[in-house]
Amino acid sequence: MAILTGMPMQVRRSLAGWGRTNATVAEVLEVPNHEVAAAVKEAGPRGALVRGLGRSYGDAAQNAGGLVLRLLGSAHQAVLDPAAGTVTVPAGVNLDDLLRVIVPRGWFVPVTPGTRFVTIGGAVASDIHGKNHHVEGSFGNHVTSLTLLLADGSQVVVGPDQRPDLFWATVGGMGLTGVILDATIRLLPIETSRMSVDTTRIPDLEALFTAMSEGDDDYRYSVAWIDLVAKGSSLGRSVLTRGDHATTAQLGPKESVQPFAYGPHQLISVPPLVPPMGVLNHATVAAFNEVWFRKAPRHREGELQGIGAFFHPLDLVGSWNRLYGAKGMVQYQFVVPFGAEDAMRTVIERLSASGAASFLAVLKRFGAGNQAPLSFPAPGWTLALDVPGASHGLGDLLHGLDRVVLDAGGRHYFAKDAHTTAAAIRRGYPRLDEWKAVRDAVDPHGVWQSDLSRRLGLTD
Amino acid sequence: MDNALGEPQTILLLGGTSEIGLAIVRELLSPAARKMILACRHVDKGEQAAAGLRHDALDVAVVSFDGNDTASHEQVVADIAAQHGDIDVAVVAFALLGDGAVTSKDPVAAAAVAHVNFTGTVTATIAVANRMRTQGHGAIVLLSSVAGERVRKQNPVYGGTKAGIDGFAQGLGDALEADGVHLMVVRPGFVHSAMTVGLDPAPFATTPEKVAQATAKGLRSRRRTVWAPGILRFVFSALRHLPGPVWRRLPLG
Repeated sequence: MAILTGMPMQVRRSLAGWGRTNATVAEVLEVPNHEVAAAVKEAGPRGALVRGLGRSYGDAAQNAGGLVLRLLGSAHQAVLDPAAGTVTVPAGVNLDDLLRVIVPRGWFVPVTPGTRFVTIGGAVASDIHGKNHHVEGSFGNHVTSLTLLLADGSQVVVGPDQRPDLFWATVGGMGLTGVILDATIRLLPIETSRMSVDTTRIPDLEALFTAMSEGDDDYRYSVAWIDLVAKGSSLGRSVLTRGDHATTAQLGPKESVQPFAYGPHQLISVPPLVPPMGVLNHATVAAFNEVWFRKAPRHREGELQGIGAFFHPLDLVGSWNRLYGAKGMVQYQFVVPFGAEDAMRTVIERLSASGAASFLAVLKRFGAGNQAPLSFPAPGWTLALDVPGASHGLGDLLHGLDRVVLDAGGRHYFAKDAHTTAAAIRRGYPRLDEWKAVRDAVDPHGVWQSDLSRRLGLTD
Repeated sequence: MDNALGEPQTILLLGGTSEIGLAIVRELLSPAARKMILACRHVDKGEQAAAGLRHDALDVAVVSFDGNDTASHEQVVADIAAQHGDIDVAVVAFALLGDGAVTSKDPVAAAAVAHVNFTGTVTATIAVANRMRTQGHGAIVLLSSVAGERVRKQNPVYGGTKAGIDGFAQGLGDALEADGVHLMVVRPGFVHSAMTVGLDPAPFATTPEKVAQATAKGLRSRRRTVWAPGILRFVFSALRHLPGPVWRRLPLG
């Protein structure tokens, strides 16, 4: 019989990223914010790390042989300041829960990625971006302050004006500077919970570059779904969707009854018993991509969509990562600067020629980056795609793409990365040593560690 | 750390001059590899092997390791980990073949082979497994042999030690599952190598490179047992059940 002692439960567990590839075993402990310092004191030589919802694709939220903390926290603890337009939220709260609290009150998060299932702490640590990056930058740009627990157990408040070096090292710092306990972020006021969306089918890559370069700045949100299976004259064919929050004037009589209605849900969930070889292969993905492209309108303007349908379509299918079967998937995301369109074309040509199936690849035009030394977004083009982890020759393909990306002055995204090397990161992030100096000052004994930091030499 | 493609960064070879062992670690190299450690009895021979592997992005170290000195194994592994950090893959490849005609009659000669092949493999594997348990990840490749599947009269001591470590590895591998450590047994058939020069090859003879390819593939898909070549799995499932009088008459080298 289980005896409830009231003590936090520490369990030895195997953890993997959303790609379900290289799992490792760690001691996992769920703690409320006020017990984090005590828990970290107990960490052994393998150190400690906080894990949010495990939505980074690779090994960023794993700490093999060490301590992994999960922060408890509720969106009901969020403190909304309507006058300042900010909210202060415990770091363990996820965007899904936060949106359910703030959308009905007329507010939206400043940045959302393609899933609502990320925590506030994870959003800061990965300095996530969304469809509005070309206008509003990444998540860190909208954080006014963070409460950070340091390796020595002390707490500090940091922000763009308070210890800015530590603040910017924490933004995009992959949890390796300290534990983010809470964050104050600037919200976006909205008139309704609907999106007004324009959709255009684009026949090829050149047309896509042109359409995005010329038109993106008229929209707050813009992203293209790109068919990486298409070849030849159709190479890079895409569906470009752009939009903004609908105003009350744009709502029809039906929607006007409840302008802030918001209750996203899951349609289905993928069961754990997918066949081990998965169901996504070249044939099924090619068929899916064909249908997805054909079903998109050639051009449609002003369509009203819900927040979930516009920002988080994959969240409709719970555990969709299981579709890739036992060997999981590898996500690949990089950015190349404007002017390096040829490098982007080379990457897409190679992916298309390789036959490595890619389900829902997205291409996006980034705006200006921020001051964080390890923040991923930089002005240019970013492509994100996933391929089955078991694909034959995948290593040669991806290491080859790495060279194209780096030679073009580009880099890879830590939250997605699962395969690249310390040398590639050093080339892509020339300010790595600057970041390390800040980190070493606040964590001289290397308490904060992760599988990602070990693999990419971030904490060597 | 391994990456998502199953490419290791740090590779340890125990039996650092073993031809099959070297073929395996060479096969495991990728742009992700940063360090290789060759642990062997003859450090000078290890250095020769290291010179052929070393390049700008790969640091190759040679350390002294004696399979026979079982009491030292834990310390050797601890020193390697202290200096080089996490061991992603360890290949346990040291063994003595011995002259079957001698070892099957001379208890002292038999003990020497049995001690290195069985006790030494067990102690070295446990030392590596302990380190990997602490790490929370890692893979061990243990070189068994089809000779242990049904032991031949020509070399019962060698075959017996392979049968022993194979069984040991199956059990230890199950125990390590919950700790995130992957133990894989490789059962090659007759391999053309320095160890077998002058011996008549058995049917389905293979090469160190082919064994290495099968091993790398098995590691990526987290197999627990790999036969090299694969057909030997079926050959030996038949041989295992042959009546004794038939088995004894088979021309198996």
